[in-house]
Amino acid sequence: MTIPLLVSAPHTHSMFNVSRTMLAVMVCLSPATIFGLYHFGWPAVYLFAVTIAAAVLFEVLCLAISGKPILRFATDGSAVLTGWILALSLPPWAPWWVGVIGAGIAIVIGKHVFGGLGQNMFNPAMVARAMLLVALPVQMTTWVPVLHGTDGPDHIQALAITFGGGADFDAISSASVLGQIQSKLDAGLPMASILAEAGSLKDQFIGFVPGSLGETSAALLLAGGICLILLRIITPVIPLSMLGSLGLLSGAAWLIAPDSFPPPQVHLASGAVMLCAFFIATDYVTSPITGLGKMIYGIGIGALIFIIRSWGSFPEGVAFAVLLMNACTPLIDEYARPRIFGRTRSGKPLALREDK
Amino acid sequence: MSIFPLAGRFDPARLFSFRGGIHPETRKFLSADCVIEDMPVPQLIRVPLQQHIGVEAEPLVQRDDIVLKGQLIGKARGPVSANIHAPTSGRVIAVGHFTAPHPSGLPVPTITIRPDGADQWGPRLARLRPENAEPEEIAAKVAEAGIVGMGGATFPASVKLNLRAKYDLHTLVVNGAECEPYLTCDDRLMRERPEEVADGIAIMARALGVRQVIVAIESNKPQAIEAMGRHKSVLGYTLRIKAVPTQYPMGSEKHLVKTVTGKETPARALTAELGIVVHNAATAHAVHLAVRYGEPSISRVVTVSGRGVARPANVRVPIGTSVSDVLAHCGGLVEEPQRLLLGGPMMGQPIQNLRVPIVKGTNGILALTKAETRKPGVMPCIRCGLCVQVCPMGLTPFEFNTKIQAGDLDGAARVGLLDCISCGCCSFTCPSNIPLVQTIHYARGKLAEKEGRKHRQEETKRLAAARTAREEAIQQAKRDAMAKRKAEMAAKKAREAETGTKPSAAEASLNGESVK
Repeated sequence: MTIPLLVSAPHTHSMFNVSRTMLAVMVCLSPATIFGLYHFGWPAVYLFAVTIAAAVLFEVLCLAISGKPILRFATDGSAVLTGWILALSLPPWAPWWVGVIGAGIAIVIGKHVFGGLGQNMFNPAMVARAMLLVALPVQMTTWVPVLHGTDGPDHIQALAITFGGGADFDAISSASVLGQIQSKLDAGLPMASILAEAGSLKDQFIGFVPGSLGETSAALLLAGGICLILLRIITPVIPLSMLGSLGLLSGAAWLIAPDSFPPPQVHLASGAVMLCAFFIATDYVTSPITGLGKMIYGIGIGALIFIIRSWGSFPEGVAFAVLLMNACTPLIDEYARPRIFGRTRSGKPLALREDK
Repeated sequence: MSIFPLAGRFDPARLFSFRGGIHPETRKFLSADCVIEDMPVPQLIRVPLQQHIGVEAEPLVQRDDIVLKGQLIGKARGPVSANIHAPTSGRVIAVGHFTAPHPSGLPVPTITIRPDGADQWGPRLARLRPENAEPEEIAAKVAEAGIVGMGGATFPASVKLNLRAKYDLHTLVVNGAECEPYLTCDDRLMRERPEEVADGIAIMARALGVRQVIVAIESNKPQAIEAMGRHKSVLGYTLRIKAVPTQYPMGSEKHLVKTVTGKETPARALTAELGIVVHNAATAHAVHLAVRYGEPSISRVVTVSGRGVARPANVRVPIGTSVSDVLAHCGGLVEEPQRLLLGGPMMGQPIQNLRVPIVKGTNGILALTKAETRKPGVMPCIRCGLCVQVCPMGLTPFEFNTKIQAGDLDGAARVGLLDCISCGCCSFTCPSNIPLVQTIHYARGKLAEKEGRKHRQEETKRLAAARTAREEAIQQAKRDAMAKRKAEMAAKKAREAETGTKPSAAEASLNGESVK
């Protein structure tokens, strides 16, 4: 007989591994993605495909340069997921090179420069999104209204939109809810009329509003996020603390000055908040490990989103909020430690109680 | 694992257990319904003299001696050691060294016996009537029978029974959790011999002088719970049978105590300091046999399981039987096993040599096929934090890994490396399949080595300093003596100088006298 292996215990293992985890996240993301692709038509589909393909290509390239085993690492699904999340945060009709540049930034600068899987300090997709937002303000803020499948551009027009650079198709450019609120507030319009124009809250929640490719449907993202929690891929701490702090802060501000602050439900249903709460902020690599750390991190992101949206120069602040809190993660991890069994929080052995 | 494991999350019993832990597939069904069978005496028996924590026993027999079943062949040496008895009658054919049932495969002192097949008992130990025996007598009997902790820790049981002298004990917790997957030997013992196990528990309770006895059994053994529940009143004790949640590592002493009493044992302390002593259910059965029937610890129930075994079973095996004999008794191997283990799959020891003997702490022989074991291939850490979530000690294994890989062993020790109990939850759950336990063992070994070196260095320094001090003292003493002598000489001289005139005066006077 062959000699049995002499390896350290344990000799059994749970069924989870890295690629299964990534796959589960993708499955949970797909309802919102399919909704976005359907509503923004073929240009969105092309952009989505190009971005993911570019992400995988850059991944393979980086692995080859750094001399890592390509097959094992490129098939773990992490590059696909990064490309996927990045594509969801792009304007649906952005030209192809925006997706390619974004994927390049995410994979090369965001991930492999730090040392590859598990080593990056910042969320790669958010690094790319923030850089694109700063470098390409026009392309990154050109929104289109929601189309309903058949009304959209056909294949040829779509190819022209994504790859041709020229809009052959007569699309009315439109503004996102947050963009509208910011520009109209600056113009001095009252909040009530702005909100009336921005569309009903139900439309915002379900996703019938202009916005990034996969961020519009808060409802489907929420459903996918709950699935992730049920599958125990993520814990509910980050989503709850992030949504909670954003909701409480914006609610308080709205109660104090309803004319200059949108109500909390608008904050929660708009922009990348839901995507961020369940799929971006919960990124394993760049978020703290312990429950307490996750809570601090989630609260920080929620607060920063509110601050950037209310007083920043960008209407949407998710990417910056996440990046800022990513930078705090090592610090949070250092201080928010679990209590060791039999020890106090400070690490001293527990005192023997006199309860004989 | 169900698709929505939320139901497990809201198990009310979990509210009273410990933080962390995992729920591996138990696969106890393979052997849970197999009645304990007696293994026939094998052709050859090899009894290691070190089957316990502590000092190895001293051999009392020589080559060609004829021994009877139950005869003392190895005598305990020192306070923490255990007696060794002949598992059957026969001729001693060697007193030498043989491979240990340990992954190292290093040789240990071993007595090899060729059984004569008669399996003839020698004189049994003197029986005790536990109803009116003194606690010390019971502990002495347990020591005489060579009983050690049979859950796998193999700490001499009598030492733990004597803790009453040092601590104010009030509770005995009997560990019938058997949280390791596959293993069913304690389960079967409690189901088939509940009155004997209960009697052993009560005898131990008497020896310890405790007021309450809690028998903790994991909730996945309802028949054992029911069987033990039928024998609650023994020797004036009422056993509290407590179903504890099925959660690995429930059988860890401190975690079991936390679950059944709510008390958390301080780091680096014994549960006895809280007044609680934990003994294994199988140990209780061995105590029953020793006290009531005078049978020393010469056999134990072993679970033989895994998909690689033809006929999974629970077998009462004479100590010293080789693994290959036990496997042959169970129909041999059907498939080439990927791992051959002594113990459970979470903390068991892999072996390569099938001829190694079963010892008092062996609770299982597992032949795991490829499908049952972990797959090779390690990915980088993705900081998912699962290891932190499942660590029952509240440690951060991923952080140990990063620090150890970077060579910062002291940094790892600062964040709790030495509190690790090696339960394996982190390695089990790691999606990147990182061998965290192995890394931790490596670091602890290195730290111990460093500590040893440091200790040696300090000792050398201390001795050198002591020597210098001693030499200095001698020199000083010499100098002092010299100075004293000088002073004396000087004084003498001075006296002489002083008396130099005086004697002349005296002389003069003498002379004068004489003149007179």
